Amino acid sequence: MSAKCNALVCLGTGCQSGGAEEVLSSLKEEIDRLSLGETVQVKQTGCHGFCQRGPLVVIEPEGIFYSKVSLDDVSEIAKSLLPGEPPVDRLFYREPATDTPLPHYMEIPFYSKQQRTILRNCGHIDPEEIEEYLAAGGYQTIKKVLLGMSREEVIDEIKRSGLRGLGGAGFPTGRKWEVCYKAQGPKKYVICNGDEGDPGAFQDRSVMEGTPHSVLEGMMIAAYAIGAQQGYIYVRAEYPLAVKRLRIAISQAKQKGFLGKDILGSGFDFKIALFQGAGAFVCGEETALIASVEGFRGMPRLRPPFPAESGMEGKPTIIDNVKTLASIPVIIDQGAESFARVGTEKSKGTVVFALTGKVENNGLIEVPMGMTLREIIFDIGGGIPDGKTFKAVQTGGPSGGCLPESALDMPVDFDSLKAAGSMMGSGGLVVMDEDTCMVDLARYFLDFTQRESCGQCTPCRLGTKQLFDILNDITKGQGRPEDIDLLLEISEAVSTHSLCALGKTAPNPVITTIRYFRDEYEAHINEKRCPTGVCGMLET
Amino acid sequence: MSDEFGEAALKNILVFYEGKRSELIPILQEAQGINGWLPREVMQLIADFLHINEGEVHSVASFYNQFRLMPLGRKMVTVCRGTACHIRGAPQILVDIGQSLRLKEGETSPDLEYTLESVACIGCCALAPVVKVNHKIHGEMTRERAVTLFPKLSE
Repeated sequence: MSAKCNALVCLGTGCQSGGAEEVLSSLKEEIDRLSLGETVQVKQTGCHGFCQRGPLVVIEPEGIFYSKVSLDDVSEIAKSLLPGEPPVDRLFYREPATDTPLPHYMEIPFYSKQQRTILRNCGHIDPEEIEEYLAAGGYQTIKKVLLGMSREEVIDEIKRSGLRGLGGAGFPTGRKWEVCYKAQGPKKYVICNGDEGDPGAFQDRSVMEGTPHSVLEGMMIAAYAIGAQQGYIYVRAEYPLAVKRLRIAISQAKQKGFLGKDILGSGFDFKIALFQGAGAFVCGEETALIASVEGFRGMPRLRPPFPAESGMEGKPTIIDNVKTLASIPVIIDQGAESFARVGTEKSKGTVVFALTGKVENNGLIEVPMGMTLREIIFDIGGGIPDGKTFKAVQTGGPSGGCLPESALDMPVDFDSLKAAGSMMGSGGLVVMDEDTCMVDLARYFLDFTQRESCGQCTPCRLGTKQLFDILNDITKGQGRPEDIDLLLEISEAVSTHSLCALGKTAPNPVITTIRYFRDEYEAHINEKRCPTGVCGMLET
Repeated sequence: MSDEFGEAALKNILVFYEGKRSELIPILQEAQGINGWLPREVMQLIADFLHINEGEVHSVASFYNQFRLMPLGRKMVTVCRGTACHIRGAPQILVDIGQSLRLKEGETSPDLEYTLESVACIGCCALAPVVKVNHKIHGEMTRERAVTLFPKLSE
């Protein structure tokens, strides 16, 4: 092994649950015991991405990748870091088809096809050390902005980059900022939306855990651009590690003078407070999120006025997703034109997905906008495990749709997904194989949305419940021939008349499963048979 | 009120707040830490502190999944029903655990040993299906392993 190296232990939530903390402390002890402290630095990092193979240990600069590391492997890894010792081959990732060992992570298809921009620091730096972020070029862009750019120039840069909100709806970020910048009033707010409530999504969590300072830096730039003095980060209470790391990051940024009064001598004041969500999916909707921060039930209100004009306490407020904000320093650093060279005509930059379900490689990935679903699922994801065949992929969580095999060659961007009846959502990609029953899946999503409906408007409160009841009947073998049309009719009413995006998108899983897998509905209703056997109670 | 609900502890929490309405949710979150749930007496004291009606406190507390209006078991068993967990077998695991604990989803055992609940998503989808016992996450759960999480009961 080379003279100086870093041994990086992934301490993302996934790896932690596999015992990564114990691996980290034991590796530190072993390195001390072998008196390697001078040459080997053992560090914790945020999510490296390949969560399913965790706990992960990566040796840099070589990029040697050890997966499924247990406490028993630690002494061998430590020994391999002695001068002249070979790496531990038995912990290499092996190509599933050929069993060929791939020692370096950049050789593994899961990593080699990705383009990590938002996640550039995740898995490489210690998220609890601001010095590491600074060494990786962090907080350079806030300096550039505060000391050399006007507010109009910042907004113009973001507009020209083509960045669209990565929380799912894809609204152009620069335009939102411009509206807020122009809104009158001395008091404005920036809110980071980290209320990632979609089941099957963990991208925002991983970014907050893995590179919290990128999020803070993006918020600072946003605040400067629109003229806000106060920021809030709204994090799900279910994400304790993200909360902890953001707290540390905020206090370190304060100590270094990046937050507080007269930042970097520029006269700009800005502070950030953390707000822990209390568990309500609807709070991902921006007006509900504001109600929640104000201390009320998280119920959305009609828009307009949009928060950019009247948000927190009636003051102009921008609410941007975690990944959107983490993209801002990249744009300021590279310049709008360079950022906009990646992606498709109308969806610029990269997109982070949580790739899960019936796919060989599960984990956190980032790809350029416009990559096809096939490349994502079969090249990066390694295809479907256990020799099964692909059936569908759900994007956008409960607000999105199920796309069939015929959609696999579609480029993934905001507009193509929408045209196919799904949506980007916050970036969950759940793969289903031949054993997944699509009627059961639609029932599953409607069970979720009917529980999470805030109950304020009738189409959503009653409509999602009716959809769920009908789907439930069908999976029990009690469906009636007219149910398919009835589902579509109710879906239409719910999506047209609901007040907020939760209701408007709730029928998407029903509509798309009927559109692409109608035969499964018909088998349940007409033949009282579940083709996959998931709805077992049908056997009479 | 006697201090069985932790009035003294609550007062120690409240001194850090100004009494603004926007502090309601953070106060409830901290107050829940005292008993693990929110007894009515605690909510009444919070209402007084914020000069709002007790009903308003209850309305907020009952809206959010995080707040508990009933006592909980010492061991919180949480089965994730996220999408990835669902298609990898979580529903059956929830049934199996329910049978071994003799609890339905949302119930707490009379001796306050266990509470069984499900959660929309823990965010460990790559390790699906996932079961959490207190703060410990158990990934790639199988029906066989799920029941062994509760050794005493399987005797």
